[in-house]
Amino acid sequence: MRSTFCAVVSRLCWLTVLLPGSKAFADINMPVGVTPISKEVYGLHMLIFWICCVIGAAVFAVMFYSIFKHRKSKGHKPADFHESTTVEILWTAVPLVILVSMAIPAAKTLIAMEDTSNADLTIKVTGYQWKWHYEYLDSGVNFFSSLAAEHNEARQVDSGIDVSTIDNYLKEVDNPLVVPVGKKIRFLHTAADVIHSWWVPDLAVKKDAIPGFINENWALIEEPGIYRGKCTELCGRDHGFMPVVVKAVPEDEYLAWVAEQSGAGEEAETVADGDAAEEDTDREWAMDELLARGEKVYTANCVACHQAGGQGVPGAFPAITGSPVAIGDVDKHIEVVYEGVAGSAMASFAAQLSDADMAAVLTYQRNALGNSVGDTIQPSAIKALR
Amino acid sequence: MSTATTEHHDHHDDHGPAYGWKRWLFTTNHKDIGTLYLLFSLVMFFIGGGMALIIRAELWQPGLQIVDPLFFNSMTTMHALVMIFGVVMPAFVGLANWMIPMMIGGPDMALPRLNNWSFWIMPFAFLLLLSTLFMEGGGPAGGWTLYAPLSLQGGDSFAFVIFSIHFMGISSVMGSINIVATIFNMRAPGMTLMKMPLFVWTWLITAYLLIAVIPVLAGAVTMLLTDRYFGTSFFSAAGGGDPVMYQHIFWFFGHPEVYILILPAFGIMSSIIPTFARKPLFGYASMVYATASIAFLSFIVWAHHMFTVGMPLAGEMFFMFATMMISVPTGVKVFNWMATMWRGSMTFETPMLFAIGFLVMFTIGGLSGLMLAITPADIQYHDTYFVVAHFHYVLVPGAIYSIMAATYYWIPKWTGNMYDEKLGKIHFWISTIFLNVLFFPMHFVGLAGMPRRIPDYSLQFADWNMVASIGAFGFGFSQLIFAYVVIKCMKGGEKATDEVWEGADGLEWTVASPAPYHTFETPPTIK
Amino acid sequence: MSSPSTYYIPHDAKWPIIGSIALFLFFAGFAAFLNGGNSVVMLAGGALLIYMMFRWFGLVITESENGMYSKQVDTSFRMGMMWFIFSEVMFFAGFFGALFYARIFSGPWLSGIGEGGAAATNAVLWSNFEYMWPHNGPAELGGEYQVMGWLGLPLINTIILLISGVTVTIAHHAIKEGNHDKMVRWLLATVALGFLFVGLQCFEYYEAYAHLNLKLTTGIYGSTFFMLTGFHGFHVTMGAIILLVVMLRGRRKHFSATNHFAFEAAAWYWHFVDVVWLGLFIFVYII
Ligand code: HEA
Ligand code: HEA
Ligand code: HEC
Ligand code: CUA
Ligand SMILES: [Cu+2]
Repeated sequence: MRSTFCAVVSRLCWLTVLLPGSKAFADINMPVGVTPISKEVYGLHMLIFWICCVIGAAVFAVMFYSIFKHRKSKGHKPADFHESTTVEILWTAVPLVILVSMAIPAAKTLIAMEDTSNADLTIKVTGYQWKWHYEYLDSGVNFFSSLAAEHNEARQVDSGIDVSTIDNYLKEVDNPLVVPVGKKIRFLHTAADVIHSWWVPDLAVKKDAIPGFINENWALIEEPGIYRGKCTELCGRDHGFMPVVVKAVPEDEYLAWVAEQSGAGEEAETVADGDAAEEDTDREWAMDELLARGEKVYTANCVACHQAGGQGVPGAFPAITGSPVAIGDVDKHIEVVYEGVAGSAMASFAAQLSDADMAAVLTYQRNALGNSVGDTIQPSAIKALR
Repeated sequence: MSTATTEHHDHHDDHGPAYGWKRWLFTTNHKDIGTLYLLFSLVMFFIGGGMALIIRAELWQPGLQIVDPLFFNSMTTMHALVMIFGVVMPAFVGLANWMIPMMIGGPDMALPRLNNWSFWIMPFAFLLLLSTLFMEGGGPAGGWTLYAPLSLQGGDSFAFVIFSIHFMGISSVMGSINIVATIFNMRAPGMTLMKMPLFVWTWLITAYLLIAVIPVLAGAVTMLLTDRYFGTSFFSAAGGGDPVMYQHIFWFFGHPEVYILILPAFGIMSSIIPTFARKPLFGYASMVYATASIAFLSFIVWAHHMFTVGMPLAGEMFFMFATMMISVPTGVKVFNWMATMWRGSMTFETPMLFAIGFLVMFTIGGLSGLMLAITPADIQYHDTYFVVAHFHYVLVPGAIYSIMAATYYWIPKWTGNMYDEKLGKIHFWISTIFLNVLFFPMHFVGLAGMPRRIPDYSLQFADWNMVASIGAFGFGFSQLIFAYVVIKCMKGGEKATDEVWEGADGLEWTVASPAPYHTFETPPTIK
Repeated sequence: MSSPSTYYIPHDAKWPIIGSIALFLFFAGFAAFLNGGNSVVMLAGGALLIYMMFRWFGLVITESENGMYSKQVDTSFRMGMMWFIFSEVMFFAGFFGALFYARIFSGPWLSGIGEGGAAATNAVLWSNFEYMWPHNGPAELGGEYQVMGWLGLPLINTIILLISGVTVTIAHHAIKEGNHDKMVRWLLATVALGFLFVGLQCFEYYEAYAHLNLKLTTGIYGSTFFMLTGFHGFHVTMGAIILLVVMLRGRRKHFSATNHFAFEAAAWYWHFVDVVWLGLFIFVYII
């Protein structure tokens, strides 16, 4: 009985050391990851973990020994010692030595982590409530990345959808970050509204995105694959719903992807500068066209706060339905969405929405969600603002 | 010395208790005020625990079932504020009130009226805080750390929350000043500093921590307030401020704060363990020095909560090493308790069970704290459930267990009745089992990548979260046993002797049980 | 009369709970006011608080006059006051910390000086920002403004406070000699200097708002300037009022050469306010 127990325990221990990140422990241990740094961090983690286990075991062993042996019910008489300078010095010095032995490898890893020099490419990562914006500073490619629509629907309270039927629940985005393997990637982290934190466990990259400041970090991914992470700094209502997905691909594939992104004209969703977007902006739009598009934009960008029916969250996010702004003066309405409201969660959407999207969502807010002002706002009016 | 309070009518300054509700509103008696603090804390424990249960109910399975994410965040925030400021701190102050004057042979606290005020601020402060839950926009939802700029986004509740923190701060500072004055000025002749029980010592040092850092918190939240309402830009880059600056100021308070939540617990352990080991505390002097070193170090480690904010390398190194250093004096304490038990003659009544529970599980929490101190590793741990596991291990089987141990240990002295030993033991065992079911799996999900402060999670965390939630409900409801034992003991029961415990040592055991309304009006003689 | 071996324990006290209610009304009212409500509740709370303090302190004074306090009680009061002042010091330390942090870390960082992301912060986000103190941030919040120089009013105020530190000490020596009239005279001078300081400070604020365009909203400079000097000014006002009360009590011969704790407490407080000002003068105005 006893020997089987020991055998199981020792096998468990060896498993953790020898098969780092083996499937059996993926659910309860830190991933080894796919960068040189993440592997070092994993090693460090296991080292301090085992040291702590040993210390704990030693302390508990002594404690339980005396609990079992030195009890009154066994007739043990109390000794009377209560001081010993020798032991006191000993148990001050020994821990110090142990600490130093942890500090040295830790310092080494830390120095390596902080060295962002000689990067091959730089990506600026901006946190928004509640999505990420990626900008490849070398090629100019940029886009937003938010929780995939299917997941977003499923995660609403009372959605009626069984989330266990959804693959990678809460770990999927519409536009993943695509990066090359084998290259030193420098990340610039910042935020547009509140503090976020960009974390991908497999890369051992976690850095706070602080509005108005930029933090640097880097990763060199060794294996192609899809690596998933989360925002880890509380950033408001939907903090739990802004995942990170990194798709690491071989360099040629990456280059092809970049070319595709920056070449053929950007998707209409992103800031307009391609021909199609140009055309969109200049022509006259019909009401139902605007409403159809507006609904999509609203669902993608505004529901998080103003809610699907436009009812808002009393006290935190105003309702759109019947809002004095949304049924009042057009210019004020445009101003709120275009510039945002300083000091509130209502950010400027000027950079996030194209002219057509902005016009559409404004028109939608004025003529849907229980409002019926009857006017349309044309993309050209937004263009004039820029 | 007389135990009958009625005999004191001839003195102008030492009436027995007044009758009815007025006694509790106007009292200046350290024992009454201690009782008020302790009962307040017990009530708040159920409120804060109720919030924790809402959190755990939502986290029972993936998907959002019960609450809106904003409400979830405000539960997290309130749970922490209530537990820290409404449960642990008042409970320790209550214990200080009851025990310090008795332990040092003083007649009462040094500033009795101020003492009453310190207490009576608390219910009002929490009325202010809890009322925000019913306001439009809900309570504060930016985490108990109130990080700018997120906290500035709150609804109307924001100003109320800030002021409730000022309000509690006033209480804490006044309470601490009172304790310092009591310890320095009210000791019986012959009670030298190095003869004081360790509970008194740890409280003295805690009181200094409080006086030093609570005003800093007050300053920090004042800056939040002006940033929100008066257009200052302390925490906004556009105006030349920095959101990270808030974090530095907050944690300059916040880290010493967590030691405020544990040092008195160390004192309690140092009282209980020798009693049940029937052997004097090992290394009294080094205990005092270790406590002082922990307090000192606690001022220079704050940025270990901020390893991911982008500090200069040298800063990260400094805070890593300084944090690791704290393990040394804390280790000294653990080893001293171990040595106190060694070759003793131990019995295991409920207080001792809780003390041993504390020792074992606090050490687990401390060791995970040490892991967090290692900067490169903390970058992976930070803001995950691994951190949540760490601090609940030091707070629940740490601070909360110490308070329960203290209650079982001293309640016969307070009420004159023995508590129900059998129920006490049941309470310990059920609590301890469920507690580990509750918090241990949090290490696993944390390492596997579950962030904290989220109302919904990915499927791979589902199993362990359900386990944790089972533990939470088990642990939570087993606290009803505690409430029952306390109330039962207050109402009556087997009479306690004056000494209560066979191995007990200290002035509090020389007075009658229940302790007379006024103790030591004439100072006792100290051996 | 109490013998030295007994400690005065008041048997009941209704003022603390009234104080709690007052504070509650004040805080709740203030919060409601900030959210756009009216100020009635806040003012009522404030008034009740002041009333409470008058009565509570009045009670303590009566007890003290009746000789109910022993030396030991006096020591408790002294310790209470000492550590209260220490807590006030820490309150200011928080704001000084903010000032130093903004000057040593955030400002340079925003202008590209520092390890790690500083260069990128400046290049990508705030490319036109160059650090020099004082400043109102890379977005120049509040617009063009002028710096508050130290040579004019601030210097005069410094001298005023330093002199008031001397006058209060003279008053202290006077009471130690048992010379009541002299004490009252010098205290009067101190109080007058205190209020003069506050008046000049108000004038300085007026200047700042009216002519320098230096406001609370003038970025980090305006924020630190007004919060530090503002809280200090508030403390000076409190200190002056306390001294005034002490002076009035002195006129009624409440103090003796050996028993004058209230006086000493007020004087300590005054010195504390003085020292904080020196810190302000150096770090906010001069450097
Ligand atoms: C009672 C409260 C309490 C106590 C006592 C501690 C004790 C410690 N804590 Fe903890 N901590 C918290 C409450 C507490 N903490 C809270 C509330 C948070 C989260 C706040 C938030 O973000 O909301 C937190 C977070 C926290 C972090 C930040 C994590 C993060 O957010 O990324 C870190 C990092 O360093 C840390 C470290 C430590 C250390 C090193 C100790 C040490 O003091 C522990 C020392 C003890 C031991 C080490 C065990 C006993 C010693 C021995 C047996 C001797 C032998 C040992 C060695 C040789 C190593 N804590
Ligand atoms: C002393 C402090 C303390 C204590 C005692 C506790 C006790 C508990 N805590 Fe808490 N906790 C914190 C301090 C504390 N916590 C802090 C500082 C945070 C961080 C907050 C932040 O991120 O900002 C936190 C966060 C926190 C989280 C993370 C939330 C998140 O990140 O989203 C969770 C999740 O499980 C949790 C759970 C619990 C549970 C189940 C208990 C249990 O031990 C509670 C058990 C007690 C009871 C359950 C009471 C009994 C209740 C009943 C019997 C039923 C109800 C009855 C009535 C209402 C009358 N806590
Ligand atoms: C992060 C949360 C958030 C998101 C996302 C958001 N808003 Fe807002 N919005 C707010 C808040 C908060 C206010 C209130 C601002 C204030 O006046 O203080 C607001 C106000 C408004 C108002 C004015 C309503 C009123 O009655 O004052 C309009 C119109 C509006 N938002 C439109 C939009 C549109 C269009 C979108 C999407 C493209 C959007 N919002 C996305 C938070 C948000
Ligand atoms: Cu973004 Cu959390
Ligand atoms: Cu800490």
